Amino acid sequence: MNRIATTFARLRAEGRVALMPYLTVGFPERESALELVPAMEAAGASMFELGVPFSDPLADGATIQRSAQRALANGITLADCITTTARLRERGVQAPLLLMGYYNPLLRYGLERACSELAAAGGDGWIIPDVPPEEAAELQVAAQAHGLDLIMFVAPTTPEARIAQIAARASGFIYVVSLTGVTGARQSMAANLDAVIARVRRASDLPLVVGFGISRPEHVAEVARIADGAIVGSALIAHLEQQSAEYAPAAAATFVRTLLSVV
Amino acid sequence: MTDSNVLGRFGPYGGRYVPETLMPAMTALEAAYAAACADPDFWAELDHLQRSYTGRPTALTFAARLTKHCGGAKIYFKREDLAHTGAHKINNALGQGLLAQRMGKRRIIAETGAGQHGVATATVCALLGLECVVYMGVDDMARQRPNVFRMRLLGAEVRGVDSGSRTLKDAINEAMRDWVTNPESYYLLGSALGPHPYPTMVRDFQCIIGREAREQIVAAEGRLPDVVVACVGGGSNAIGIFHPFLDDAEVVLRGVEAGGRGELLGDHAARFRAASPGVLQGTYSYVLQDEAGQIALTHSVSAGLDYASVGPEHAWLHDTKRASYTCADDEEALDAFETCARMEGIIPALESAHAIAEALKLAPTMHRDQIILVNMSGRGDKDIFTVAEALGVVI
Repeated sequence: MNRIATTFARLRAEGRVALMPYLTVGFPERESALELVPAMEAAGASMFELGVPFSDPLADGATIQRSAQRALANGITLADCITTTARLRERGVQAPLLLMGYYNPLLRYGLERACSELAAAGGDGWIIPDVPPEEAAELQVAAQAHGLDLIMFVAPTTPEARIAQIAARASGFIYVVSLTGVTGARQSMAANLDAVIARVRRASDLPLVVGFGISRPEHVAEVARIADGAIVGSALIAHLEQQSAEYAPAAAATFVRTLLSVV
Repeated sequence: MTDSNVLGRFGPYGGRYVPETLMPAMTALEAAYAAACADPDFWAELDHLQRSYTGRPTALTFAARLTKHCGGAKIYFKREDLAHTGAHKINNALGQGLLAQRMGKRRIIAETGAGQHGVATATVCALLGLECVVYMGVDDMARQRPNVFRMRLLGAEVRGVDSGSRTLKDAINEAMRDWVTNPESYYLLGSALGPHPYPTMVRDFQCIIGREAREQIVAAEGRLPDVVVACVGGGSNAIGIFHPFLDDAEVVLRGVEAGGRGELLGDHAARFRAASPGVLQGTYSYVLQDEAGQIALTHSVSAGLDYASVGPEHAWLHDTKRASYTCADDEEALDAFETCARMEGIIPALESAHAIAEALKLAPTMHRDQIILVNMSGRGDKDIFTVAEALGVVI
């Protein structure tokens, strides 16, 4: 079993939900992730989505766009994100680390090279929202060759027959997009999330991780009731925007503890 | 040669790189377009509107004074500037508008660079009684403000986009974000780019330019042109006039990109001079980018050519050498703009002025019985503020 599967097996045995913070590498400062990730892991986060900044993040809302702009201004590249992964492992981070980004920087870097270097750095997989299964063959072959998972998405708009096709190609976990929209904090969770989760459960035994719109402890609790993990991105970024760099790790840890407080 | 297969590929280019939320909308669009293609009533209705509303066929004009001035090949203009709304964009907007209506859509999203596609879409939405939201970079809104006002007069909501380079690329990002949020809306993409089936569908709706021009030039001259010249931003006017000539190997197809103000990355939109293949906004094509795969900023005096990527079919025509691509810089385009106005009584769009600049370079090198066909893709009224500023005139 790889690190992602082991983590979910352990959490399942403990009856816990996986909280998966999303953090843009290079936000707010070039090396912030090196402090923020260990602090959030110690506070109870189970796995991490590390954002590779891109100039044109079309699945992202205003908050994550801002963090990407900041990271790009800090000079962050895909190579830096892979290096960050390695340095987090050197600092003893045990949680699965997945890189989330858009396809063009990967293509430019070379798919085989990116996968081999990410695996060597101790990374566990890729989350690439502009690569649907129909376009994923080349990346998936490279990822699998290096033991990495390429995470597949299911959206509220995905029809049942298509969910089965996606499930057949999925590994690691399935990323369930909770709403039709871009990333960003919302007041409440989508009303039909239960139904979407039920459809995916029928098609796959993989862990289901819900993302988009999750910002509050009660959202995490709601997800914990029906799914295996919750991704929190924009709300974390927005929270960190309010902090000075020096207090950011403590603030991130408190944020994680608060999110897990009613689970 | 360039017929797209089921994955929407032109050689290696094209494809469909969109978030999962949009995949069902993409396949529904593809199916609806295929059904419309097979329905003679759809094409009959489009043909009727093209004649009675757009004013097609547009004229073919012999540019007598420019031809004499250059002292070489005969220059002809295909007059898309005479189409209703003043540019070729109406051809695609009308086709997709009818398709949206057929699909039962009530809300239309569009992006616009120069504003011509936004105006065409707002026009079609007014005609068909559809809600219309147009995204436009705030820099483009400033330089094309007559078109912003026209869209609003036509009942469209124009939303300024303040991210990135604040031009066409960013307007497309924002339009796609709207579509991800409202997948029941219809995204009326304005150029032959983006995810499949847009590059194919937009080309099909624009091919009327080349089909008419082919017949008209044969009627006027008894033969095909030696060179067909068109400007290339996303590339819809160019693919529209090129495509009906693809099988005529003797006809040279020449695309003209924006050379901007210099050769440094960020100062131009000459994709075929400086770009490498990549994925931007749903399609695999040539993309201006830095070493790390970040999309480069672009510059052109012409908002409609100011884009970091190019339609995937052009990428394939480039690689197979069926078409060749060059560029005209800001200064050459402005010169051609003025020359055309003074010698032909036609104020061209700054986009089209890039194609005219290339014709002015080519004609003197060619024989007097040779023919250059230039796609006059739009009229230049929208550009008077930009040109006045470049000439140091206050209006």
